[in-house]
Amino acid sequence: MRIKKDRLTIVVHTVSYLFIGLFALACLVPFVLMISGSFSNETLINTTGLGLLPKGFSLAAYNLIFKSAKQLIGAYAVTIIMTFAGTIVGLFIIAMTGYALQRKDFPFRNYISFFIYFTTLFSAGLAPTYLWITKYLGLKGSYLAVFLQLLMTPWLIVLMKNFAKSVPYEITESGKIDGAGDFKIFTSLILPMLKPALATIGLFLALGYWNEWYNSMLYLSSSSEIHYYPLQYHLYRIINQAAALKNTMAGANVTVGSLPTLTLKLATAVLATGPIIFLYPFVQKYFISGITVGAVKG
Amino acid sequence: MKLDMKKQNVTKSQKVKVGRKPLWKKVADNKILLLMCLPAIIFFIVFFYMPMPGAYLAFTNFNYKKGIFGSEFVGFDNFKFLINSGKLWMLTRNTILYNLAFIIFGNILQIIIAILLNEVRNKFFKKVSQTIMFLPYFISAVLVGLLAFNILNYDYGFLNTVIKQFGGAPLKVYQTAKMWPVIIVIAQLWQQTGYGSIVYFAAICGIDAEMVEASQVDGANIIQKIRYIILPSLKPTAIILFLFAIGGIMKGNFGLFYNLVGSSNATLWPYTDIVETFVYRTLMNNFNFPYASAVGLYQSIFGFVVVMVSNWLVRKADKDYALF
Repeated sequence: MRIKKDRLTIVVHTVSYLFIGLFALACLVPFVLMISGSFSNETLINTTGLGLLPKGFSLAAYNLIFKSAKQLIGAYAVTIIMTFAGTIVGLFIIAMTGYALQRKDFPFRNYISFFIYFTTLFSAGLAPTYLWITKYLGLKGSYLAVFLQLLMTPWLIVLMKNFAKSVPYEITESGKIDGAGDFKIFTSLILPMLKPALATIGLFLALGYWNEWYNSMLYLSSSSEIHYYPLQYHLYRIINQAAALKNTMAGANVTVGSLPTLTLKLATAVLATGPIIFLYPFVQKYFISGITVGAVKG
Repeated sequence: MKLDMKKQNVTKSQKVKVGRKPLWKKVADNKILLLMCLPAIIFFIVFFYMPMPGAYLAFTNFNYKKGIFGSEFVGFDNFKFLINSGKLWMLTRNTILYNLAFIIFGNILQIIIAILLNEVRNKFFKKVSQTIMFLPYFISAVLVGLLAFNILNYDYGFLNTVIKQFGGAPLKVYQTAKMWPVIIVIAQLWQQTGYGSIVYFAAICGIDAEMVEASQVDGANIIQKIRYIILPSLKPTAIILFLFAIGGIMKGNFGLFYNLVGSSNATLWPYTDIVETFVYRTLMNNFNFPYASAVGLYQSIFGFVVVMVSNWLVRKADKDYALF
């Protein structure tokens, strides 16, 4: 049924387009400033400020970065390896646990669920955790301190549990009738049916690894053994520590005083964020299913 | 195969009759499922349960060489200092007020976006704007800090560039503490609103189309449709999200605050310090384990009580949505 638009409807629709359009623009502008700034002339920015279009188009910052790209490439390598390995390992553990915890015939499911969930209710806090990991586990200056801590969260396990609930129990039962063990049922019958869940949760894990900087700052920063930091922490150091920027650019043969520090920071930010900006439009639907399934029962 | 099923049925009926199986039998019967949970259990023991006894740090005059339990016990002295110096109150107030602002303004904006997005008829516009609104959700807190600095910086920031163009006096944002509550709330909304509005948008999409059509036949205009059909249908979602969020009212988003404010800008702290940033500085800059632990323990216990109370409230509102 088609109803003719009255004046009020037209007004509301116009407001909708305007409001949504303006909000989307507000989401976009900071990125535009970053990109245009990275292609700008440093001196012009310092005198006239950042603009939506590059001021005096210049590739100087990118040229410098590519001349002395060792640190950035190292950071990329660390992040890519961690993201792949962490996503695969974490996903497998989360899927196993999530599947087991929703099996109605598993008598320990409530105890284990609570054991995991309790960590969101009460935690030791940063200081005891830091002391435990550095002094007792000896993981200071080890990539493991970063890699292991991002493997799973209670929320992702609950999310997987909710996804696994939608797989009919008859499938598990049919496996049992054929004489398959629980692990065999999981790997050959359940996992293939959990593909959408694996995509969603895998992407949350991957995003966590890709955007990691916090654990790196805590556990890697003051170690002399670490030469390459995860990408976002590399970016953090370039932005916040003048010494880090100078060290990174040591290979570029430029006198320190003439470094275009501002545009270098922006160009590093563009290079560290680029992949996400290009990839996320293709994977956003999986994040949407994460929030709609996860919101059913947090 | 059939025998197997029979056996299962027998054990099931036995269970009803005899009552409980002995524990060792239960473990033996479910050893594979238990093993499947084992990696996760070990993970949570190692990274969450093992540090818990360390909370005792909060009651000691910690000395790194002597270790946690070799250090001198000082009772509640650390807490007394934090209370008397006014720190604990300031951190509690800031953390709660920021979270309340995030929850209230965040949900209002998310609802507005979801309702207006639902009125957008052009599919291309809808898709593109939705995709752009998601973008901030995917970037790291480090980048959020840099993007904000690009806008707020005194010398070349975009805000001051615009102000100067209109002949105004540039703002010294990074030296004016009072501006920061607004800036931090805007940054949070900027990063989370597009993603957060999905729940509400999904709820609107779930509204029975016949109901909307019927209202139109009855002559309801668009405002009445939003007021009497869409808004009431969002109420349960809003209440549940609100109650969940209240449970986390003592937890702060460290990355956002730390990267926006910077690690050493003490002028802003009275307005920008939350539990997480204070604990981090106390620990990593001053190496004061006792104070950091005391604030952390206080936060954990406070948070635990709030979750319990809010869960009790959720339970009263709708049992299905209670966490436990």
